[in-house]
Amino acid sequence: MTTNNRTPIEPFVVRDCTLVPISTGKRAQNLRELRDHLVTIHPGSIYYHFWGGLLRPRFGDPEYNNDFASWMRHGLHDSVLAERVGIIDPTDFKDIEELRRELIDVIEERLDETEFVPWAKTDQQFHFIRSQIVVFDTHKRIKYPGDLATAIPNMTVGSIFYHFIDAMRRSPEAVNDFSSWLKGFQGGYKKLIDRLATIDPYFISLTELREQLSLLFKEYFEGE
Amino acid sequence: MYQGILEQYANVAGEDVIDHLRQVAESLKGMKVVHINSTRDGGGVAEILNRLVPLMQELNIDASWQVILGNADFFQCTKGFHNALQGRDVGITDSQIRVYEETNATNAEILKAQLEEADVVFVHDPQPVAMIKHFPKRKGKWIWRCHIDLSKPYRPIWKYIRDFVTGYDASIFSLSEFAQALPHPVYLIPPSIDPLSEKNIELDYEEINSVYERFNLDPERPVLLQVSRFDRFKDPLGVIHAYKLAKAFMPFQLVMAGGSATDDPEGDSVLEEVRKASSDDPDIHILLLPSDAHRTINALQRASDLILQKSIKEGFGLTVTEAMWKAKPVIGGDVGGIKLQIFDHNTGFLVHTPEGAALRIRYLFHHRDKMQEMGMKAKQFVKENFLLTRHLREYLTLIVALINNVDERIELS
Repeated sequence: MTTNNRTPIEPFVVRDCTLVPISTGKRAQNLRELRDHLVTIHPGSIYYHFWGGLLRPRFGDPEYNNDFASWMRHGLHDSVLAERVGIIDPTDFKDIEELRRELIDVIEERLDETEFVPWAKTDQQFHFIRSQIVVFDTHKRIKYPGDLATAIPNMTVGSIFYHFIDAMRRSPEAVNDFSSWLKGFQGGYKKLIDRLATIDPYFISLTELREQLSLLFKEYFEGE
Repeated sequence: MYQGILEQYANVAGEDVIDHLRQVAESLKGMKVVHINSTRDGGGVAEILNRLVPLMQELNIDASWQVILGNADFFQCTKGFHNALQGRDVGITDSQIRVYEETNATNAEILKAQLEEADVVFVHDPQPVAMIKHFPKRKGKWIWRCHIDLSKPYRPIWKYIRDFVTGYDASIFSLSEFAQALPHPVYLIPPSIDPLSEKNIELDYEEINSVYERFNLDPERPVLLQVSRFDRFKDPLGVIHAYKLAKAFMPFQLVMAGGSATDDPEGDSVLEEVRKASSDDPDIHILLLPSDAHRTINALQRASDLILQKSIKEGFGLTVTEAMWKAKPVIGGDVGGIKLQIFDHNTGFLVHTPEGAALRIRYLFHHRDKMQEMGMKAKQFVKENFLLTRHLREYLTLIVALINNVDERIELS
């Protein structure tokens, strides 16, 4: 029997998702206001401004991967700070609270070293948004791990977001759904799980992430 | 063969989109949902409700649409509210306020039985917003849908309206920039276009081409089109300036198509200025079309090569969405909702000046292949983001979230 045909306990349920944005009513016009709001803002808002961009319409690679850095560059015209915040990778942090602290630290450091607090024009304020995630069942089920190699290229970007990125928030070990499911096969896919763990989903688009996953699964199962 | 409404939308938006709608609607079966606004004809809100309500019904939701009644004084007052909420310093008299409140009270009485029983009530814009005060024992969730730009309201009027709005369970704005802080969830749901309406439906080749003869256009030379009212915020003189700058380098025609703007006191003087600025050029075509000339606008957009929306202040800018749906790249002002739709070098270009617009017009007319590529991207972009089906899905998920008191996660199956 090949690895491809190991019978799972439960089939993999393919889901899809979308984010519905909600205004928090909080705005910042300068860096200090941004910092002050960040201390208390709903954790969902920090999540949204770091990850939500992946599901928003975009063309090509974004200049910055999080909304804070983008505003620092285009609203405050502070390229130095934009670069420092733009490099923050949320997957490096245990949870949103750790990420929040890091973001505030970087901003406070910048406030300490600049003589004037940078301001944005009135119509370029930073609007704190959070979101609700709506999860759909695609009615697709995958019985065998080997079938993921053909299923992943056909998944929507919403499915990729749900199973790889949203999963990190849902799972206590902060791992993606594919790895969680493969672990149920009692060590049979350890190498594959290890390789999945090396993918950093943050600085790529969901389409690129889907391509990386497709390639990884294809290579793994074709190489068996 | 007869096709249900959902099947017709599935043909345009895709099966998976309709499947998502069915999933969200599953838990709302039989629910009484009432939409209230102040007009059945004309205007974007009525246009959307005309299609949205039958779609909800098709999903087995007991949806209905009620229009409040009012006299001329009432609408004069609400027109004042509308302008004030968009930032104009407008004086509203005590007697106007009295008419406004009495009209809301009368309509609340007429709709009493239905609204008391409703599970969800969507109240659109400020005209019926005060009705909520007459339903202290309402059992359903009340949602205020604000279609206008509330970013810098005239404060005395906003304070008055806000007193009613705070009683609602949620509100909806089109963009975060348009929203105000309120003591309930404020959803951000952009508007949408209906791909099956007269304004957006596919037209045959002959109908599209008929506009050349009808409006005396030369089919051999490119056409640049701006569809909008003759309003200073749409910068019609800037459009002519941009056209003249670009025309120095290549021959093309400009069409400016808009309504007669009878409710806008400035409309006539702006139109006069536009006519004066264009009188020396037979290639500038100023078209005054009736407000229901949807099919004509549709054909003009499809017959044009390039679309301009050079606004200096804009709401969401659905004319941009409509043009993009017809696979046309758009050059638009970097304001309001246009910024959410135009991505430089992808679906069009954002500009700040007539010079900027002229530069992009020249570029696109010289790169026809690029124009086609951008048009296709624009159409796909609208398909994925700004069709009525997405709009409805977000309304339905909002209902699910409110009814179930969900904070972050809605799981459907």
